[in-house]
Amino acid sequence: MATHAAFMPGVGSAEAQTGLWSWITTVDHKRIGILYGTSAFIFFLIGGIEALIMRLQLAVPDNTLVGAQRFNELFTMHGTTMVFLAIMPLSAAFFNYMVPLMIGARDVAFPRLNSLSYWIFLAGALFLHASFLVGAVPDAGWFGYANLTSPQFAPGHHIDFWMLGLQILGIASMLAGFNFIVTIINMRAPGMTLMRMPVFIWMTLVVQFLVVLAFPAITVALILLMFDRFFGTMFYVPAGGGDPLLWQHLFWIFGHPEVYILILPAMGIVSEVLPTFARKPLFGAPVVIYSGIMIGFFGFGVWSHHMFSVGLGPVADSAFSIATMLIAVPTGVKILNWIGTLWGGTVRFTAALYFSLGFIAMFTMGGLSGVMHAAPPVDLQQTDTYFVVAHFHYVLFGGSIFGLFSGMYYWWPKMFGRMLDERLGHVHFWLMLIGFNLTFFPMHYLGLIGMPRRIYTYAPDLGWNFWNLVATIGSFVIALSIAVFIANVWKTHRSGAVAGPDPWDGRTLEWAIPSPPPVYNFAAIPTVHGRDELWLQKHGDGHGGAPSPRPPVPRAEDIAAIHMPPPSYWPIVLAIAMTVMLAGLLISYTQVVVGGLATLYCMYRFAMEYHRPAAEAHS
Amino acid sequence: MSGPAAGGHGAVAVAPHDPNIGTTGLDNRKLGMWIFLGSDCMFFGALIGTYLAYKGKSLSGPGPHDVFNIPLTSLSAAVLLASSLFMVLALHDIQRNDIKHGARWLLATALFGLWFVGNQVYEFAEFVIYYDLKLWTSLFGSSFFVLTGFHGAHVTGGVIWLLLLWRLAKRGLLDARDATKVEIAGLYWHFVDIVWIAIFTVIYLIP
Repeated sequence: MATHAAFMPGVGSAEAQTGLWSWITTVDHKRIGILYGTSAFIFFLIGGIEALIMRLQLAVPDNTLVGAQRFNELFTMHGTTMVFLAIMPLSAAFFNYMVPLMIGARDVAFPRLNSLSYWIFLAGALFLHASFLVGAVPDAGWFGYANLTSPQFAPGHHIDFWMLGLQILGIASMLAGFNFIVTIINMRAPGMTLMRMPVFIWMTLVVQFLVVLAFPAITVALILLMFDRFFGTMFYVPAGGGDPLLWQHLFWIFGHPEVYILILPAMGIVSEVLPTFARKPLFGAPVVIYSGIMIGFFGFGVWSHHMFSVGLGPVADSAFSIATMLIAVPTGVKILNWIGTLWGGTVRFTAALYFSLGFIAMFTMGGLSGVMHAAPPVDLQQTDTYFVVAHFHYVLFGGSIFGLFSGMYYWWPKMFGRMLDERLGHVHFWLMLIGFNLTFFPMHYLGLIGMPRRIYTYAPDLGWNFWNLVATIGSFVIALSIAVFIANVWKTHRSGAVAGPDPWDGRTLEWAIPSPPPVYNFAAIPTVHGRDELWLQKHGDGHGGAPSPRPPVPRAEDIAAIHMPPPSYWPIVLAIAMTVMLAGLLISYTQVVVGGLATLYCMYRFAMEYHRPAAEAHS
Repeated sequence: MSGPAAGGHGAVAVAPHDPNIGTTGLDNRKLGMWIFLGSDCMFFGALIGTYLAYKGKSLSGPGPHDVFNIPLTSLSAAVLLASSLFMVLALHDIQRNDIKHGARWLLATALFGLWFVGNQVYEFAEFVIYYDLKLWTSLFGSSFFVLTGFHGAHVTGGVIWLLLLWRLAKRGLLDARDATKVEIAGLYWHFVDIVWIAIFTVIYLIP
C-alpha cells in the first residue's frame, strides 16, 4: 500500500502552508470552518459572561451590582451575541467544515465568497463590540422594538451600533446562504440524489433557504430604522403617522424563521449522531427530511404569535394560533423518529450521544411550553414574563447548544485528528444538564407567579427570592461545565488519543477520508449508491444486499493533478472596506464616500481576480 | 479492493472540465444569481409592503397624484424595458463571438439604464424643489423615496456592471467563453426591470 502515503495530510497538498497570513487569505472551507468555530466560541463565552453578571445581579432582591442601564445593555448584548455571534456561526462552522465532506466535494461552490462571509461576519461582530469601547452599548433588547430605538427615546449611538452591526452580520449570513444553497444543489458527488443526502445536509439546505428569504425582511426593517435615526423620516414614529407595529411585523417575519435557523442545524447534527451510535439507519429518514422542510415552510407563517399581546384581532390571532400549533406536528414527528432510531439499536453511550439525548429531552420540554404560547389567552398571561425566558432557553440552549456540543464531540476527531476525552465529556454533559435545569426550570415558575423579564432587580417580598438564587447557582454550574469542556479541548490537543479516519464506525462520506482531511478532501470523487454511503460500503444494507463498491485507490499522480483554488486577500480587504463605509455613518460622510468607493474597487478586483489567467491578461 | 471491477466502477465519476459546472450540469454562478434574485424579491417585497401599509396615511404634504408626472415616468419605464431587449441582443452577439456588436449593445443597455437613472434624479429634484416633498416631509415622501431610491441604486449598480463588461469587451478581454458572465449580468438586469414594472404599477398607476 505504498500509495497510502498519498492519503496522509500534508503530502502533495498545500496543507504545509502555515502562519497568520495563510489563515487570513485562506479559501479552504475547512479552515474557514475552524475560524467560524473559534470566533463563535469566544463570543459564546462573552455572551455567557454577560449572562453570569445578570444572574449575579438577580441572585438576591434589591441588588446593586449593576444599575438599570447596565442591565439593559447586558441583556441586549447577551441576546444579540448568542443569536448572531454564537449559535449561528457555530452552526456555520459545521456547515463550512462538513457540507463539502458529506456531499463528496472538494470545496464549496464559491470558496472566496465563503472567506468573504467569514470576514464580514467578524467585522460585524467586532463593530458591535466596539460599542463597549466608546461606552454606547446597545440597550433596547435583542429585538429592538420601536420606539425604544427612535431618536427621541434612544439618543446617542447605542442603537446605531446595534443597527449597523446587525446589518453587516446580515450581509455575511446571506452571502453564506447563496454559497451553501449552490454548493448543496450543485456540488454533490455523482449518485447522491436529493433523497440520498445526509439529513444534516438537508437541514443545512432548509436553513440556508430560510436565511436568504428571511434576512431581507430585517435588512429592510433596519434600513427604515436607519432612515428614522439618521435622516429624519418617521417610519416608526407615531407623531409623524408612522406605526411602531411595522417594526414588529418586519422583525418577526425575519425573527420566526430565525429561530428555525438556530434549531434546524442542531436537528441535523442529532440526526447524524443517533444513527451512528445506535448502529441503525435513521428511522423514517424521508419523513424526518419532509418534516424539516415543513418546519421551514410553516416558519414563515407564524410570526404574529410573537405579537398576540398587540391585539391584532380574533381572525389574525386564530390563524396564527392554528399555524403555530400545526408546526408542532412535524416537530413531534422528528422527536418520535429520533426515539425510533434508538429503539432496538446497539447503543454506544458516548458523550456525543449523551448530548443528543439531552437535546431530545430538553428540546421536547421547550417545545411543549412553546405550544402553550400558541394559544393567545395563555400567551397573554405569559408574555414578557420569565416563563418565556424559560421557554426559549429550553429550545435554544437545551436544543441548539446541546445539539452543537453533540456535533463537537462527534466531529472533533474528524476536524483535528484527535478524540475528545470521553470521561471529561461525560462530566461536561452531566454538569451542563444539571446546571441548565437548575437555571432555567425555576424560571417557568417565576414567570407564572408574575416575574417580568428584563427587570434589573426586584423587591424582597414577592416570593421570587429562593428560585432566583437557585437559577444563579445553576448558571455557575453551566459555567463550570464549559470550563470542563475547555480543559477537555486543551487536554485533547496535548495528549488526546489519535483518531483514525473512522473512529465511530461512521455512516457518511466524511469518515471515508483521513482525519483531519487533506486540503483536497477526496483524492477521488466518490460515487454514491445510497444514503449512509460509507456504511453501505463497509457493511452492506443489512438485508443481505452486497456492499457498495469501494472507490478505487487513487494514484499519486492523480492527487498531484488536483487543482485547488489559491488563497486570496481580496475577501478580507473587501470586508474591511465595507465596514469602513458603514461605520462612516457614525463618524463622517466623507468616510462613507471613501469607504463606498473602496468597496466598489475591491468588488471589482474580487470579480476580476480570475477573469483571465495572468499570462493571457497581459497579451 | 483494487480489482479492475472496482476501478471500472469508480471511473464512472467524470471529472468536471469547467470548475463552474456542477453535477447537475448547472453553472454555479448562474444558480447563485437566481437564488440572490429570489432573496432580492423578498427585499423589494418588504419595501413595497411598507409603501402599501403607509399608503394614504400621510399627515401632511402632497400626495402621490399631486406630484406624479405619469407620461414622463411612463417614457422612462419604456426606456428601461427597451434596455432589456438590448441586453438580450448583447448576450446573443457575445455568445456568437461577435464582440464588436455585443459591446455596442452592452453600451446601449447601460446608456438606457443611465437615462432611467437620470430621469429618476430629475423626478426626485422636481418633487423636492417644486412640490416641497422631501424624504422626511411625510410617510408618502419617506416610503416613496426609500423604495424607488433602492430600485434606482440597483439600476445604478447594474449600469456600472454593464459598463465594466463593455470596457472588458473593448479591451479584448471578453469573448464567447465569457457568455455566462454576460448572461448573469443580464439576469440581474431583467430582474431589476421586472421589479420596476411592479413598482410602477403599484405606486404610479393604481390610484
